[in-house]
Amino acid sequence: MNPRRDMIDGVMAATPGMLAAAPFGLLFGALAVDNGLSVFEVVLMSVAIFGGASQMVGIDLFGDRIAPWLIVLSIFAVNFRHVLYSAVIGRHTGSWTAWQRALGFFFLVDPQFAEAEKRAESGKPLSFIWFASGGLTFYAAWILESWLGAVFGSLVENPADYGIDFLLPVYFLVLVMGFRKRSSWLPVVLVSAVASIGAYVLVGSPWHVSIGALAGVAVAAAIGARPKIMME
Amino acid sequence: MEISTTTWIILAGGLATYLTRIGGHLLLSRFSSIHPRVEAALNAVPAAVLTTLVAPAAVFSGPAEAATIIVAALAALYLPGMAVFVVGWVAILAFRALIG
Repeated sequence: MNPRRDMIDGVMAATPGMLAAAPFGLLFGALAVDNGLSVFEVVLMSVAIFGGASQMVGIDLFGDRIAPWLIVLSIFAVNFRHVLYSAVIGRHTGSWTAWQRALGFFFLVDPQFAEAEKRAESGKPLSFIWFASGGLTFYAAWILESWLGAVFGSLVENPADYGIDFLLPVYFLVLVMGFRKRSSWLPVVLVSAVASIGAYVLVGSPWHVSIGALAGVAVAAAIGARPKIMME
Repeated sequence: MEISTTTWIILAGGLATYLTRIGGHLLLSRFSSIHPRVEAALNAVPAAVLTTLVAPAAVFSGPAEAATIIVAALAALYLPGMAVFVVGWVAILAFRALIG
């Protein structure tokens, strides 16, 4: 075990996801100011919540005079998938202390989760140093981007002109395809896709995430095949 | 210093988010052994969740976006992740220029 090596590896692993999220950090800051938040509130949101989709949903609801508890509940619903991430990653954190877990799990955003799973599957140890250095890099960049976006609200004037508004779905697709050798992958992906599309139409965003994911996970549980975690 | 309602909502939203990130582990660590079906379910979580962030975006954004997802998915069968990401970026620009 080499802490210095782990630190470099951790930052390297977090970099692609960080680059993919960067336009959204800027966009979030710009949109939040546009929706009436102060620069302080924008930065506080990225510091306290650190979850792009839920922050977007939050600023969307602030403008509509919706009850505070409902806004908090919506943020919770968008991020509810992290309960499952946490349960999965928790299995690989045997070498962490309680305080390292309390701190480390704060950084468990989507790309960091995917990279940590890849790391654990490759047989390398999921050390706290590896996880925290990547997570902290991503976190610092996210705060900086939302601050920049808020200050220079016009910096990302029309993200569609550069295609950057569609980079996050492409990035998530890359992650989905990376898991394709897992047992039950195809039925899980097909059911999740159909269920999330159906829920998007019938129930609406953000519930399509929780509903679609639960449907896919239920299929995996029904098939019940032993996971081939170490065989990829 | 007066703390605004918005600030309280943000702090509560942050706490709620942190609970989702620490909660799964705290709940699961109470069990000494994990049932194989639970293990299979947990193993399917990443693909299931990430699919829900892709599928509606692919279907409801427009023809250029749908075509981009198809091209990127095919590219992912042959290319490493970062290359697929670049292919997807080029594809969205090209398809939007061609088919809007």
